[in-house]
Amino acid sequence: MTENILELNNLTKFFPAKAGGIFSRAKGEVRAVDGVSLTVARGETVGLVGESGCGKTTVGRTVMKLYEPTSGQIVFDGQDITNLKRKEMKPIRSKMQMIFQDPFSSLNPRHTVGTIISSSYTIHDIEPEGGVEHSVRELLTLVGLNPEHINRFPHEFSGGQRQRIGIARSLALKPKLIVADEPVSALDVSIQAQVINLLDDLQKELGLSYLFVAHDLSIVQHISDRVVVMYLGKVMEMAPTRELFANPRHPYTKALLSAVPVADPKMGRSRERIILQGDLPSPVNPPSGCVFNTRCWKAQDICRTAVPETIQVTPLQTVACHFPEV
Amino acid sequence: MSKFLEVTNLNVTFPTQDGEVRASNEVSYSVDLGETLAIVGESGSGKSVSNLAVMGLHNPTRTKITGSAVLNLANGPVDVISASAETVRRLRGKAMSMIFQDPMSALHPFFTIGDQIAEGWHLYNKGSKKDGIKKATEMLEIVGIPDASSRVHDYPHQFSGGMRQRAMIAMALVNNPSLLIADEPTTALDVTVQSQILKLLKDLQKEFNMAIILITHDLGVVAEVADRICVMYGGRIVENGTVDDIFYRPEHPYTLGLLNSVPRISDGQSHRLRAIPGQPPSLISLPSGCAFQPRCEYSSKVTSGACNSTVPSLSDKGSGHLSRCHLDVADLNNLVKDKA
Repeated sequence: MTENILELNNLTKFFPAKAGGIFSRAKGEVRAVDGVSLTVARGETVGLVGESGCGKTTVGRTVMKLYEPTSGQIVFDGQDITNLKRKEMKPIRSKMQMIFQDPFSSLNPRHTVGTIISSSYTIHDIEPEGGVEHSVRELLTLVGLNPEHINRFPHEFSGGQRQRIGIARSLALKPKLIVADEPVSALDVSIQAQVINLLDDLQKELGLSYLFVAHDLSIVQHISDRVVVMYLGKVMEMAPTRELFANPRHPYTKALLSAVPVADPKMGRSRERIILQGDLPSPVNPPSGCVFNTRCWKAQDICRTAVPETIQVTPLQTVACHFPEV
Repeated sequence: MSKFLEVTNLNVTFPTQDGEVRASNEVSYSVDLGETLAIVGESGSGKSVSNLAVMGLHNPTRTKITGSAVLNLANGPVDVISASAETVRRLRGKAMSMIFQDPMSALHPFFTIGDQIAEGWHLYNKGSKKDGIKKATEMLEIVGIPDASSRVHDYPHQFSGGMRQRAMIAMALVNNPSLLIADEPTTALDVTVQSQILKLLKDLQKEFNMAIILITHDLGVVAEVADRICVMYGGRIVENGTVDDIFYRPEHPYTLGLLNSVPRISDGQSHRLRAIPGQPPSLISLPSGCAFQPRCEYSSKVTSGACNSTVPSLSDKGSGHLSRCHLDVADLNNLVKDKA
């Protein structure tokens, strides 16, 4: 048994960017994920953060093989799944499941909760121990819902409850890895904490590994063991949570952390903020050299010409920058 | 001294198929020029509804509004609730203005940014189309759009999310309003862009001495920009105080629960989040008594059992810090201490 449940080696995913019209030809490519390498150990939670358009969701979806990777390698549970066909993927999918962001569009409104959750068994042709209905009831109890509600429809539940249904569905096949794509960002603040606690408990109970994709740094800090910071398709920095938040080495990480509003007025008034200029550049035409150079206050000539190597600053912390913070 | 906007006992109800929704219930607040009032609450707490009433944006045939919202203008006070639609229309854009959460759906995709900003200016100013564009360019410069003189001719789809929100702000401020209502202005934006926009709003407030009402669910944003805070729950204001009152001396169990349930960057990750159990109530069938009672961990400590039967009044326990709870503040603080 390998130590890592998931390994990505130099993963890239480019989408064709089309010019308008019916007879459009590809006029370029969107470099959504550009050479991402990361690992998720068994029982570990890895947080993947970045702003919209940085490619974090694409990484999650490519791991699930919902997108075919352009190049690179995906190793899941010791097996290279990069080039597996749809049929060959099926048995593997039961060991990796996904929780989606929007609890409204990710559940079929015409199906009962029971049908939604048991569809995993139907698709994989599995008869769970004790029967389908028994298992679904158990799953509902596990995620904190009333098992009597098995015949209700999604619209009868609130947002937080629907997210619990999505979680129950993902747990039905006893997966090893869960890719959670912004699982709480559509929920109210008081409900977010409930779902985060649930994910924490499930991990302890079932020994799950999470790849947790989110933009909210305070939540990522709370739930993750390690954090990967992405910008424009590339990994900027990777470190254990504590180190990353205490001692960010990449200027982008530093700016991102300082931009997060803190729910503490006195601290907010006293701390120094780095306000980045401008917006995220387009991934169709990323800046040359370091992709962050257009918004970086430390950028020198070399940043505009040479792509920075990923350097190991401590045994567990890596950063891709010519002039990392010390 | 009266403040610039004074909202008193505002009730907003709309009929729906499932019954009457009382979205704003005896809501009172005020905000002065140069001041930022934040209205905080979860979805369905009624935080947007009362401000839409101030702007006169509810459907008058369907919505029932009572109470008053007085704007103390230079030429005398006007109650926008009882005033005619025409009077309110003349105040909109000039005395008060609003920006919305989603800048893409609030901008018209067929017209250039410049035209859309100039449209509001033409309503209150005489000038040629060229003057309008000149004014729009000036506004875009104020809100920090680089190369404004050429970008003024762009369409909304050519702007990024942050730039669209800047254009919205430019549009709202083109007639130099005294009151700006910002409804979740940064929720759709990334954090690095959010901090740009919040700083911009603060700077513009100083420059133009505006009153700002910020409607949001994000406690972090509130902590950074607000002077005063109203916390809403189930259509009612449950607590009203200064930023420091709310964050350091909260007097309502809901505010306390809200503050405890957000993970903070500053502290370690080891402890478990203290979530508020249950869900926010539906505005159609509010619990009897205190709306927060079913989720409140302290309601059993109120020996009189009043939480189930009577709505607590919003009372001042000193120094203008209001809270709506049957528990005495000292008792609540002791209970919190015992738990910790």
